[in-house]
Amino acid sequence: MSAYTPEALIGEDIDAYLAGHAAKTMLRFITCGSVDDGKSTLIGRLLYDSKTIFEDQLAALEADSARMGTQGANIDFALLVDGLAAEREQGITIDVAYRFFATEKRKFIVADTPGHEQYTRNMVTGASTADCAVILIDARKGVLTQTRRHSWLAHLVGIREIVLAVNKMDLIGHDRARFEAIVADYAEFAKGIEIERFAAIPLSGLTGENVATPSPAMDWYEGPTLLAHLEAIPVDTDRAAARPFRLPVQWVNRPDLDFRGFSGMIASGGVAVGDRVRVVPSGRNTSVARVLTADGERGHATAGESVTLVLADEVDCSRGDVIAAAEGPPQVADQMLATIVWMADQPLVPGRGYWLKLGTQMVNATVQPPRHTVDVNTQAEVAATTLALNDIGVAEVYTDRPIVFEPYEEGADLGGFILIDRASNATVAAGMVQHALARATDVHWQSVDVTREAHAQQKGQSPRVLWFTGLSGSGKSTIANLVEKKLHALGKHSFLLDGDNIRHGLNRDLDFSDAGRIENIRRIGEVARLMADAGLIVLTAFISPFRAERAMVRSRLPEGEFVEIFVDTPLATAEERDPKGLYAKARAGEIRDFTGISSPYEAPERPEIKIDTTRETPEAAAERIVEYVVGVWSHEL
Amino acid sequence: MSTLTHLQRLEAESIHILREVVAEAERPVMLYSVGKDSAVMLHLAKKAFAPGRPPFPLLHVDTTWKFRAMYDLRDKAAADAGMELIVHKNPDAVAAGINPFDHGGRHTDLWKTEGLKQALTAGGYDAAFGGARRDEEKSRAKERIFSFRSASHGWDPKAQRPELWRLYNARLNRGESLRVFPLSNWTELDIWQYILAEGIEIVPLYFAAPRPTVERDGMLLMVDDDRFRLKPGELPVERSIRFRTLGCYPLTGAVESRADTLSAVIQEMLLTTTSERQGRAIDHDQAASMEKKKREGYF
Repeated sequence: MSAYTPEALIGEDIDAYLAGHAAKTMLRFITCGSVDDGKSTLIGRLLYDSKTIFEDQLAALEADSARMGTQGANIDFALLVDGLAAEREQGITIDVAYRFFATEKRKFIVADTPGHEQYTRNMVTGASTADCAVILIDARKGVLTQTRRHSWLAHLVGIREIVLAVNKMDLIGHDRARFEAIVADYAEFAKGIEIERFAAIPLSGLTGENVATPSPAMDWYEGPTLLAHLEAIPVDTDRAAARPFRLPVQWVNRPDLDFRGFSGMIASGGVAVGDRVRVVPSGRNTSVARVLTADGERGHATAGESVTLVLADEVDCSRGDVIAAAEGPPQVADQMLATIVWMADQPLVPGRGYWLKLGTQMVNATVQPPRHTVDVNTQAEVAATTLALNDIGVAEVYTDRPIVFEPYEEGADLGGFILIDRASNATVAAGMVQHALARATDVHWQSVDVTREAHAQQKGQSPRVLWFTGLSGSGKSTIANLVEKKLHALGKHSFLLDGDNIRHGLNRDLDFSDAGRIENIRRIGEVARLMADAGLIVLTAFISPFRAERAMVRSRLPEGEFVEIFVDTPLATAEERDPKGLYAKARAGEIRDFTGISSPYEAPERPEIKIDTTRETPEAAAERIVEYVVGVWSHEL
Repeated sequence: MSTLTHLQRLEAESIHILREVVAEAERPVMLYSVGKDSAVMLHLAKKAFAPGRPPFPLLHVDTTWKFRAMYDLRDKAAADAGMELIVHKNPDAVAAGINPFDHGGRHTDLWKTEGLKQALTAGGYDAAFGGARRDEEKSRAKERIFSFRSASHGWDPKAQRPELWRLYNARLNRGESLRVFPLSNWTELDIWQYILAEGIEIVPLYFAAPRPTVERDGMLLMVDDDRFRLKPGELPVERSIRFRTLGCYPLTGAVESRADTLSAVIQEMLLTTTSERQGRAIDHDQAASMEKKKREGYF
């Protein structure tokens, strides 16, 4: 066995070698297959054949192969790519790993994903940055369910270059007829899911045949080896360069008063000094005055480069905006249809607010119940009410303000998004925009002459939303009522929203399930916001058990207007008080989903005001709240 | 329109990562170890924020046992970039006089692992750039570019956030932090190639020169100052040596070499048939050692 052996040119003329290396392009690909397909073996073989393994690594590999390998006396290439201690013990890979190798023509980055139950999440992650997918098939088994699943996922994520690596040809006697039957079988399936083209290569990761060197035993195969094919296929940045110019603004560079530049990576197209551009969504047109690239000031730049642009006019532009070609700018909408891949253990809660990050935009978004999910194995549409881990579904997504986007098939930079849980900050889903919903694209905000400032000024006060939260029976309504009386006595304009005036009217169609509670709070939040717009001091007294919904209401209001008041009463005390006899009924099982008994209460982490009702009377608490409100804003109130 | 080369793509990606952190994090900091990877990372930061200066400080977690030439370049590089340089030396290690001669593994543990945690906590940094690459070691191959750390700086390989497209989730709860690796997708050869193409200044120890050395446990060690404890019978011998990696001088093995230019160093590296990191004593543990160190908070 031979390890890394340097190319002759390195010793003969290092400068010539380095000049050649500097001109290399890069291809990112993903390998798809499950444990038995020989995926790790193939990657190990690619690393080995591209001379990426050093003598000492080879020695360690030989020792490991003898000790825990599965290939008898031979080298177990799979051991090269199994990284973490946990997976080495279990003999499986558990996440996405990235490997690197280079040939004389290209540098390659391989995303390697495991082939067991977490597969959808990991494969979508690995495929999102790949130009090409290598789909492994065991020649003995042919096209299996998992082959279809991998192919469909690769296609879903927008990979256009698909290589069908028919592996283990050595185990079927290099049988041409068998290979051709597999290819015909796959072509039939590929056509059905609209895969435009694929290349099929008969090979063996174990023996290396047709991986880097042609196989004499398969002289009937006239195509390139796997490595030669990977060296030749086009990379996606070329395609992006041919599309209209888009620069999602990442950061405004303002080191001093004389310079104001807009930094970001060009998502598509090219830009040159003098080009007419439009800042989206504001729609202001201007032109490009300077283009600063990694190589300094240059007249032009292209897709995939990180640049800083200086514009000719002083236009309003900040992170999240997109600088685009003035002719044919990207779309703007606040409602769109998307394909969503759920990646978290906690399932989607339709109607709940999540952070949505698309390009450099971060907005609040809610997802409607999915129209359907897709069975990854059969590609059949299945009815569903939510999305669980590894589910893929199509759903409407609503954002709290219009965002700039493009359909995913036109580019991932402005078409792909992630959803982030507002409480844990975990990335819970990946999404791909299909199109805007018709009703969302023509949103024109009414130009209101009487502004919210004017409303507030007329009342001589600053609008606030005093949001009381706590268990049933904690004393929210009692204290809120006292606060409102005191504010009224001070001549303030206020309004109290509570169960009596909301649950029996506006929200009487809602039940007490998690989804019902979320929608309940969303509507209350919207009503409170409108009232605050009208200049009122709004008091709300609802259990509002979930942090995410309270955070959503807060984010819908101007900074400082949302005042979270946590009425903290221990469950036992609240249950003892039980003014409406509800706890008794809940304990008896007569009320389902009762907060504190059969449904969780998520206490605020940093409320503006916290009231411990076991130590403070309602009167004293109300006094303190009014003092807080008046004390803080006395100059305005 | 010509296709971007692999170095152009890597450079653009790194700059994008650097800017993304500055746009989203409250208090970013760049860990600067003075090695060649740090030099490249700093160079990219200068490009990312030009014509301004990188809007974060450099942090050197000092063990007090680095090569003198490293301290010289550290101070010069920070001054040239116009950036604040924060040097942290773990006071517990200072008090206990921890050194690589007497304390073995505790040396790295206390100075680097503990020192880093202290410095990040003390500075209240919510994002720290590091120069690690995925090609360095197996457990690094699965590391995210934005690597999430708990409030105690622990790394849980199972709790990492999926990274899709160019979308990085930098949102944190109080006390949590991110380690961000802008050079994740660079290989050792890419680093060298870029240093050559961009004319980046690196520590002269990477180039061969006559230096006082002793041979110990199969490693060539450089006698960098008079704290080096010579064993009975040991006498420093002048050899033409250079270093493939730089760390604490009593723990870093040199190679005999005549390569005194950048292209000669790259040539020698490419002609070498053993992996890069053999020079560093920390890696002689078993295969899972790096993963264990990372769980504990080592970079």
